[in-house]
Amino acid sequence: MSAVIEEHHDDHDHGPAKGLARWLFTTNHKDIGTMYLWFSFLMFLIGGTMALIIRAELFQPGLQFVQPEFFNQMTTNHGLIMVFGAIMPAFVGLANWLIPMMVGAPDMALPRMNNLSFWILPFAFGLLISTLFMEGGGPNFGWTFYAPLSTTYAPDTVTFFIFGVHMMGASSIMGSINIIATILNMRAPGMTFMRMPLFVWTWLITAYLLIAVMPVLAGAVTMMLFDIHFGTSFFSAAGGGDPVMFQHIFWFFGHPEVYIMILPAFGIVSAIIPTFARKPLFGYDSMVYATASIAFLSFIVWAHHMFTVGMPLAGQLFFMYSTMLIAVPTGVKVFNWVATMWKGSMTFETPMLFAIAFVILFTMGGFSGLMLAITPADYQYHDTYFVVAHFHYVLVPGALFSIIAAVYYWLPKWCGRMYDETLGKTHFWLSFIGVNVTFFPQHFSGLAGMPRRIPDYALAFADFNMISSVGAFIFGFSQLFFLYVLIKTITSGRPATAQVWDGAKGLEWTIASPAPYHSFTTPPVVTLENNPH
Amino acid sequence: MANPAETPSYYIPHSGWYPVWLAASMFVMLVGLGSYLNALKTDEGGSLLFFYVGFAGLSVVLYQWFAKVISENQVGLVSGQLKKSYVWGMGWFIFSEVMFFAAFFGALFYVRNFVMTWMGGDGGKALTGDYLYPEFDNTWPVITNPDPSVFAGPKESMAPPPLSQWGGYLPFWNTAILLTSSITVHFAHTGLKNDNRKSFITWLAVTVVLGVIFLGLQAEEYIEAYAHLGLTLDSGIYGSTFFILTGFHGFHVTLGTFMLLIALIRAIKGHFSHEDCFGFEATSWYWHFVDVVWLGLFIFVYLF
Amino acid sequence: MRAKNSSSASANRTTAASTLGQTLLGALLAVGVSAPSWADRFNMPVGVTDISRQVYDLHMLIFYICCVIGGGVFGVMIWSMLHHRKSHGVEPATWHESTKVELAWTIIPVFILIGMAVPATKVLVQMYDTGGEDMAIEVRGYQWKWEYKYLDDDRNKAFGFMSNLSTPQDEIQEVTAKGEHYLLEVDEPLRIPVNRKVRFLVTSNDVIHAWWVPDFGIKRDAVPGMMNDLWAIVEEPGIYRGQCTELCGKDHGFMPIVVEAMPEDEYDAWYESRKILAKEQEKLASMNFTHEELMEQGAEVYSKYCASCHQENGKGIPPVFPALDGSAIATGPVDDHIGIILNGKPGSAMQAFSSQLRPDEIGAVTHYERHAWGNNTDDIVQPIDVVNLMNKEG
Ligand code: HEA
Ligand code: HEA
Ligand code: HEC
Ligand code: CUA
Ligand SMILES: [Cu+2]
Repeated sequence: MSAVIEEHHDDHDHGPAKGLARWLFTTNHKDIGTMYLWFSFLMFLIGGTMALIIRAELFQPGLQFVQPEFFNQMTTNHGLIMVFGAIMPAFVGLANWLIPMMVGAPDMALPRMNNLSFWILPFAFGLLISTLFMEGGGPNFGWTFYAPLSTTYAPDTVTFFIFGVHMMGASSIMGSINIIATILNMRAPGMTFMRMPLFVWTWLITAYLLIAVMPVLAGAVTMMLFDIHFGTSFFSAAGGGDPVMFQHIFWFFGHPEVYIMILPAFGIVSAIIPTFARKPLFGYDSMVYATASIAFLSFIVWAHHMFTVGMPLAGQLFFMYSTMLIAVPTGVKVFNWVATMWKGSMTFETPMLFAIAFVILFTMGGFSGLMLAITPADYQYHDTYFVVAHFHYVLVPGALFSIIAAVYYWLPKWCGRMYDETLGKTHFWLSFIGVNVTFFPQHFSGLAGMPRRIPDYALAFADFNMISSVGAFIFGFSQLFFLYVLIKTITSGRPATAQVWDGAKGLEWTIASPAPYHSFTTPPVVTLENNPH
Repeated sequence: MANPAETPSYYIPHSGWYPVWLAASMFVMLVGLGSYLNALKTDEGGSLLFFYVGFAGLSVVLYQWFAKVISENQVGLVSGQLKKSYVWGMGWFIFSEVMFFAAFFGALFYVRNFVMTWMGGDGGKALTGDYLYPEFDNTWPVITNPDPSVFAGPKESMAPPPLSQWGGYLPFWNTAILLTSSITVHFAHTGLKNDNRKSFITWLAVTVVLGVIFLGLQAEEYIEAYAHLGLTLDSGIYGSTFFILTGFHGFHVTLGTFMLLIALIRAIKGHFSHEDCFGFEATSWYWHFVDVVWLGLFIFVYLF
Repeated sequence: MRAKNSSSASANRTTAASTLGQTLLGALLAVGVSAPSWADRFNMPVGVTDISRQVYDLHMLIFYICCVIGGGVFGVMIWSMLHHRKSHGVEPATWHESTKVELAWTIIPVFILIGMAVPATKVLVQMYDTGGEDMAIEVRGYQWKWEYKYLDDDRNKAFGFMSNLSTPQDEIQEVTAKGEHYLLEVDEPLRIPVNRKVRFLVTSNDVIHAWWVPDFGIKRDAVPGMMNDLWAIVEEPGIYRGQCTELCGKDHGFMPIVVEAMPEDEYDAWYESRKILAKEQEKLASMNFTHEELMEQGAEVYSKYCASCHQENGKGIPPVFPALDGSAIATGPVDDHIGIILNGKPGSAMQAFSSQLRPDEIGAVTHYERHAWGNNTDDIVQPIDVVNLMNKEG
């Protein structure tokens, strides 16, 4: 393999086309990555606005702003949009930008399909969000859409929701196939598996998870479609089905899904901490094995979301033990990061701040996860705000912080301009405080017995909810501030060097900033010296 | 810029309209189908117009897209590396299909091993059967549903007759046909490998015909189920699992047959050579996959 | 009652700032505070059953283990962040792996986890020991209320009743001040005796709900068409409150669970009296009522059972919940009207009320619906009409 060719041989500058056509028709991994990232940011704002509606309603007991029907639609769509619209596409956007640069390839393996994976998304989410304005309202059965609330008792728009999920699934599967093909097939000479940056590794494994579970989700919604429109009885006991079967199928997808939202984050943090500690990542090999173990375990723990459905004892025990085991490989990761920092020569630029906050707050979320894994105790935690606190700790200062860290870290490479460090740090501290004020008190209200997905609550929970709502607005508006920092950087940041960070290692730092339209038109030769992971 | 003739090159297709067009048609098609299904539940009834429009758009773009890729391949733009990417792509696509079927097989497994046991009053949740369905008898295929007033069961199932009467048992013939077709497609491949164009085309054509026969028999079986056995989508869990598994399988056979047909046309046009035949190979993998799924179906849906 | 209302209402209206202050102060004292009311706001209740206390201990055990591990990990990180800084002129070390260390921190956590799994397994096994009960109660979830059926030794219904939220809409809609047990109060609580093993058979009529009483340390999903079971031996008399904990539609937040644990003799007396009451209520089915009586009882039944969907004003929430005001069924043939109330409409939220309401109640509510709002049929619906229809349908 070697040089790149384009269809139009006279197209020597390899620059992008002009205007709207560039974005609609592009096959370039950077353009597509950029679209993914902006799309996910838009979804984040929409999903975030829904969260703010939820928090505003929960500021005080009583119904003030919205009625219960609408509240349920907000909860559901907030969850769906954040998971499928914000976090996942953001990671795919990062993969698009970074994987070709990191493995020394000119582009993704299947460029046209890449564009297709992206363009399905706006249609899918357009469909999903438009249901909110249709007769009967949008999905109101939680992002986990348990049958029969989502089948027999659902609003008519559930049909569009189902097709929306099918579309998202198709997009994810194609995106993953592309990533796998790129990683397996497009690495530069010398880029052996055990020399790949961890971000590439974690994405490879994530892509496998996606290909394995998205079709199962598609199967689940297909059965819903048949129950709703064609009279089947998969989820109806009267005909010999079982509503709980829906949950088994859903969580067979759903649990790996939550690791889909965290493994790439592990990869990002494993790139950032060594850079700013100026010390190689500790335990590269064990990081790879730990990632693989987490992925493997993620397939056999799903029913820990269903401890209260009334499974037989043997099932409960199996799922409790297997879930607890995940703490082991995850712990290996956490310890490796700490060991990387140990005796390093650290500086604390914005990406590093977000990465460190990630390690601490994600670990806290992990601890509460472990508590949830203890079946008898989960009877008390399940479907309370304790769970809400758990998953926001792993998702917001977890997945989301890692994405923000990645944006600060690689933005200079993408647009050739440096962000303003003071603004970045301000954004960090606002977010850090906001996120804790929002989600920490939810542990308390959950333990005290506040169920989730309720628009109104007993008086005993009032204090913590008030604090949580205040935090949510702080956090929310700090993300608007982030938008400002981004725009300022892109339009008027000072030029960045090719290396950008003095401790950064990896192929992406060997090319100019901003990165050329086709990263490596001739593949670089990778040695351990120029790419120590 | 290197000349493609001199160095094997990685090829980045120029930007194009297919992807957006495909996404948009898919959207129109699904919105159309969704509105139609919802309207069916009201008295007015629905129209499939948008579905057809979207489907037409989808067909046009798929045709154009594949034609483009084929023509690119014909002029030698597709390097060995890109071909490998196609191979990985097809391979993992098939894997994703396997997982799609796994969801339905999983449902079948769960129902038969857990739900039926519990409803029959045994196992970890025997209380369900004892208390709620004292009448219900755990037998598979289910003829009398747990609550027959809501879901009236089928009159008969598709369970096999004694071995001596398999001669009249459609699913048995279907199995034989699909298995044979897997072999014939392999013969076609061998023909191609040996540059034996005639053998290649003949065996490929035989495979297509077998696919069509399978579909015909399947259709007959469905008619039989609906008309005589009372076995329908809404006849309870046996009908549900039966039709979703065989139905999606049948849908995949249809796709596979269509792909084989395209491959046949291309073969007649002389598109494939023994070192460049990915289009055909991908199709044949797909066909083998469809075949393996059928074996699973035959064993778990019909026999046991 | 009044006094309580206004005092808690003023507590409710304290300014955000002082509430914040109060809570932060509380947060500082969070772990192991003495005053139970504070601890209750921060932590899981210890509860009133042997199981709930074990669960509490388990919860605290894992919590402390996590604190210790967290303290270690974060301590090292923070120490490192303070000392291993470039600004301190530290040269970075170059080592980047150590099989020994890595093995150690893989294996040690496994042992810690085993240490947690052992007590957890013990508690779980006890929780699953549902047999040998002294009495059984069927708990059935409905959108959005609970039904309790007291079962005799052969698991036949001795009597039963519905348990609805009793917080007035005015409190929810911020019209009047909120009472002390806002959203955690019902018209009729589940009554059980203390010191007896009570087995709960949990199921549902429509969607999945979940039955949870935190003080008993138990929670179980109520799955339509499937049966789960739970048990509790409550040790202290008292009133215990919980909520539905599985999203079940619009009023998921408004279907509380209230259990009154009574001393055994009091319970037995109550049980007998309820059985007699049930017998007497059966007689109502054959009595005749006047228009006014029917309207009065009908209005009561309506607002308790129907208004959450069809609304007090009969306008419903179209298109999901149809209006009854002017509805073709509510103004058409009586039998169709009674029929849909008796049998519901399968596949919709309209449930069959034949097992929830007595014939006299169904008769009254039908009558009410035919004469309330703008509806004005000139017929009178008597309980006997309902009974006749039921007999006809078998
Ligand atoms: C990014 C997403 C993410 C991640 C990474 C995790 C990680 C984990 N989660 Fe979480 N989880 C969610 C997202 C996530 N979760 C979501 C979204 C839900 C709710 C879904 C819904 O219902 O809507 C949920 C719900 C959920 C439940 C169900 C609760 C309920 O509904 O009742 C459970 C139960 O077991 C659980 C467990 C765990 C565990 C054990 C981990 C582990 O992976 C954590 C492992 C990490 C650590 C333990 C910390 C670091 C380790 C060490 C420092 C080593 C030493 C430690 C020890 C030996 C203790 N999660
Ligand atoms: C994946 C990620 C993710 C993320 C990032 C978040 C982010 C947030 N989440 Fe969410 N959440 C979920 C995933 C996530 N959540 C899931 C899966 C559920 C479960 C759903 C279910 O039960 O089904 C859930 C449920 C959930 C609940 C429980 C609801 C209930 O049970 O009823 C709450 C309540 O506080 C909440 C709050 C928040 C808040 C305050 C944020 C904040 O981080 C949000 C930050 C806010 C902004 C970013 C807004 C910025 C915008 C503006 C300031 C306005 C400007 C507007 C425009 C320009 C258009 N979330
Ligand atoms: C949980 C929600 C819910 C409750 C509670 C409820 N209903 Fe309904 N009701 C419905 C729904 C939904 C329909 C529409 C059913 C359909 O046609 O699909 C309906 C339909 C009806 C109709 C037919 C109206 C028409 O014009 O089609 C009548 C009459 C009725 N209900 C009476 C009652 C009475 C009386 C009660 C209380 C004893 C009650 N309902 C309680 C949800 C409810
Ligand atoms: Cu019933 Cu939630
Ligand atoms: Cu999980």
